[in-house]
Amino acid sequence: MPNREGTVSEMAAHSAHPPGFAHQFEDMGQQREAGSLGMWLFLVTEIMFFGGMFASYIIYRALHLPAFETGSRLLNVRLGAANTGVLIASSLTMALAIHAAQVGKRKGTIIFYLLLTMILGAAFLGLKFTFEWHQDWIEGLVPGLNWAYSGPHAPGVELFFCFYFFMTGLHALHMIVGIGILTVLIAMAGRGRFNDQYYAPLEITGLYWHFVDIVWIFLFPLLYLIGGRYAMGGH
Amino acid sequence: MSEHIVPVRIYIAVFLALLILTGLTTWVAFIDLGSMNTVAALAIAVTKMLLVILFFMHVKYSPGLTRLVVLAGFFWLAILVALTLADELTRGWTPKPESWSVLLLTVRGLP
Repeated sequence: MPNREGTVSEMAAHSAHPPGFAHQFEDMGQQREAGSLGMWLFLVTEIMFFGGMFASYIIYRALHLPAFETGSRLLNVRLGAANTGVLIASSLTMALAIHAAQVGKRKGTIIFYLLLTMILGAAFLGLKFTFEWHQDWIEGLVPGLNWAYSGPHAPGVELFFCFYFFMTGLHALHMIVGIGILTVLIAMAGRGRFNDQYYAPLEITGLYWHFVDIVWIFLFPLLYLIGGRYAMGGH
Repeated sequence: MSEHIVPVRIYIAVFLALLILTGLTTWVAFIDLGSMNTVAALAIAVTKMLLVILFFMHVKYSPGLTRLVVLAGFFWLAILVALTLADELTRGWTPKPESWSVLLLTVRGLP
């Protein structure tokens, strides 16, 4: 009965290893490192994806500098700065969720931090859509759909707003995907899937979330700040 | 291999540093520094990015292979931006070439 014995010993091995351990790995540490490395490889493709957009923004900004500076000054810098703070806070709560799992806190603590991350992410999108984009719509600053700007450098300003909506839009899309993944993580945490040995889904989602934060860290100065705001006087 | 657990106080410190840098970059944007405005904004953004990558994303405590992949990613991005700008920003450095016929005439006209 070698087959049967094999099955029995496999079952014994299964009950011995920590939950969430995949058999092809030496130990949980190696499994975690492999997961993080794989996620970083994906993030490298994301760097190039957003990088292409940043590169074309830099080129067109150089070609139409006065227009891009004019466009930049039409954005609401206070909302942009506030949203940067909200996103940074969401990165902190994401890091704290992973920390809670690492030190073996109750699942309630993990869920609490994940929910906070989600709420802050949603707050970012709320500020973005209902205040900034809505205001742009009212002011007629949406190229193709509602364009009413007739000030100086109008064609170049329209180009700037094309970049603005595509860049912040793709960033917002990444945020929406992140909030979706957080929903799954909260469900997993609710079923008690995470512990101080197995928290790889939290860790790699954290990498994604922080990456999206970094994209905004560059979008904020490039879109809002380097348009010669000092020339406007107080704001 | 046991993972390195980053203490909560480091997360809080990084968070506060990021908030201060956000305030700083917004404040600097309203001061006329000429072309240094762009340099300052990007320098602060890079500092913030490094803080997030090293501490929030645990790269400071990651194995060499992971760090290599991260570095390679940004190296490739640098190639993308540098070579694109190398074309775009140097177009004005040399005079616009004359058409081939003019060039040939010039060559034939040489003694």
